[in-house]
Amino acid sequence: MTSAPAPLLRATDVATVFRTPRGAMRAVDGVSLSLARGETLGIVGESGSGKSVLGRTLMGLITDGPGTSVTGSVLLGGKDVHALSPAGRRALWGTEVAMVFQDPMTSLNPVKKIGRHLSESVRLHLGLSRAASRERAVELLRQVGIPEPARRARQYPHELSGGMRQRVVIAMALACGPRLLIADEPTTALDVTVQKQILDLLQSLGEELEMATILISHDLGTIAGRTDRVAVMYAGRLVEHARTTEVFDNPEHPYSRALIASIPHLGLPPHTLLPAIEGRPPNLLNPPPGCRFAPRCRLATDLCTAQPPALTARAGDDTGGAVACHHPLGAAKEATV
Amino acid sequence: MTLAPHAPAAPEPARPALTARALVVEFPVGRGQKVHAVSGVDLDLPAGRTLGILGESGCGKSTVGRALIQLPPPDSGTVRLGAEELTALGPEELRRARARIQIIMQDPVSALNPRRKVKDLVWEGPSIWGRAAADKDTEVDAILRAVGLDPETVRDRRPHELSGGQCQRVCIARALMLDPEVLICDEPVSSLDVSVQAQILNLLETTTRERGLSMVFIAHDVSVVKNISDEVMVMYLGKVCEVLPSDGMHLAAAHPYTRLLLASLPEAQRSGDGSPAHPGASAEPAVVAAELPSPLDPPSGCRFRTRCPLATDRCAAEAPGLREIAPGHRIACHHIESTRSLP
Repeated sequence: MTSAPAPLLRATDVATVFRTPRGAMRAVDGVSLSLARGETLGIVGESGSGKSVLGRTLMGLITDGPGTSVTGSVLLGGKDVHALSPAGRRALWGTEVAMVFQDPMTSLNPVKKIGRHLSESVRLHLGLSRAASRERAVELLRQVGIPEPARRARQYPHELSGGMRQRVVIAMALACGPRLLIADEPTTALDVTVQKQILDLLQSLGEELEMATILISHDLGTIAGRTDRVAVMYAGRLVEHARTTEVFDNPEHPYSRALIASIPHLGLPPHTLLPAIEGRPPNLLNPPPGCRFAPRCRLATDLCTAQPPALTARAGDDTGGAVACHHPLGAAKEATV
Repeated sequence: MTLAPHAPAAPEPARPALTARALVVEFPVGRGQKVHAVSGVDLDLPAGRTLGILGESGCGKSTVGRALIQLPPPDSGTVRLGAEELTALGPEELRRARARIQIIMQDPVSALNPRRKVKDLVWEGPSIWGRAAADKDTEVDAILRAVGLDPETVRDRRPHELSGGQCQRVCIARALMLDPEVLICDEPVSSLDVSVQAQILNLLETTTRERGLSMVFIAHDVSVVKNISDEVMVMYLGKVCEVLPSDGMHLAAAHPYTRLLLASLPEAQRSGDGSPAHPGASAEPAVVAAELPSPLDPPSGCRFRTRCPLATDRCAAEAPGLREIAPGHRIACHHIESTRSLP
């Protein structure tokens, strides 16, 4: 990830800590990543891995303040998101970076018509007139594949299906032509057949508008084949980070490998016992001192429980892939796991 | 590793554990309208086998699961548990019969009384049936161990002190406590994390095998259903579109809707080596309209016709019945010959 001259997004050693009555919770703990223009990155992890908090921290929705501490830097198009004033951050939202959330209904105002959701932001950011903003709203709805966009613009959110609502939310995110779209579990609330349509839409829009995309998901299947790179998170840390095909074909981190192996796929005969990861993720209020995956890892040694592994280059990977493991699987993985 | 099927496949017919005929469930929504949740579903579960019910939200799969245990009873149709016809029983007889058929719900946390301890939750069934409290500790510990929980740690905890996966194990322990013949699982892993899902699926797999349980497994995830079932029933808008053996179902599936479900599956889940499930499956599925029609006013004839690329006038006029196209493989479609051309 170093070849691009000026990355669109560069996050360095980002940590987001929530102060709770029971102690400091390090939801994101020292994550560094960068994203070039037009590139797609998948962030994958289980619930509690910090993937959504990372997404919000990158966007500047979670900032340093009472109860929360954000350290490290997030450079977006050359500007440090966390050094800006609130007004400065607001100016970035919509035009530089936009976000799509999991549940489309909570992103939409139930008493506002669809067209108003879209025309509002273009009037605010782009200064269009009422009539021009209405036209732009219909155009945006057409762009995200909504049939009869003019009629839909006059309807309320409850009159649309879940898939259509998520298209509207995507249209809202696109309204001011952001250069980075962060989609946090954009299809989790949708039916399987609709999921594919929404992911296809995000992919084609990304290519068409040359927009970089961060796709956050707990579902490896969603990420596979749809992103250039993937970052695997576990308990607030980045454990592996490489080209998507590399992670799926040759996972170096035992967690990545176990996660991929634990999903049933159609090639398995019925009644196959899945290689499950025993145990559960650690409590982030009191994480284990060394590698956070060590208590569940079959390869763990004393070194793993004592000292956290640093992200180092993956063996034989010249594309900037990295893994944080004292015992990366490498070629010996068939024999050991 | 692969487990042998629960019962040898050859000596048919196996003793039926659960049979349903012509199940209909409708929910009135006022103004004379009603939701046609389930419209004439037949179901056969041989003893010791697992039947998967597959479909998207709103297809009626959960309603079928609930109708099977009479929660609520179907508006018409019959359900037989072994030799007993549940739909014909009086309240007291039904209460007795229900001990033989147990259900596991999707959200394990809300399925458990938050104020009771794990040991009391697990012992609730036996205490209702008047089992001696003297056996409680040993039996509760045994069942907790059987579902992979450490009795010492969890026995005196309440649900909020457990993770989602642990709560689901408690729900499974509760269901097993009464030694049922049939287990109905309604999306038992969809609220769980990926790494925990595999643990629970493995637990259900080994438990049903060891205890000779028959199971109805309801889920929306094709690969999960395929992996745990012997036979898969695909539902769409209250009707059955296809019933087929799970082994090789991704290759044999013939109904346009089943093919659409398979084509919607992310690549990683289609097969281990990343190759498409069907030759040429990478092509876009030719779906006409994306939206599920309203179950208040389902389409005439074949209910899938509004989204089906093969739909003709006949599909609107005449509802297709289930026809057997291969041993154990039944499909409700007028255009079986053409479905092979689909992605």
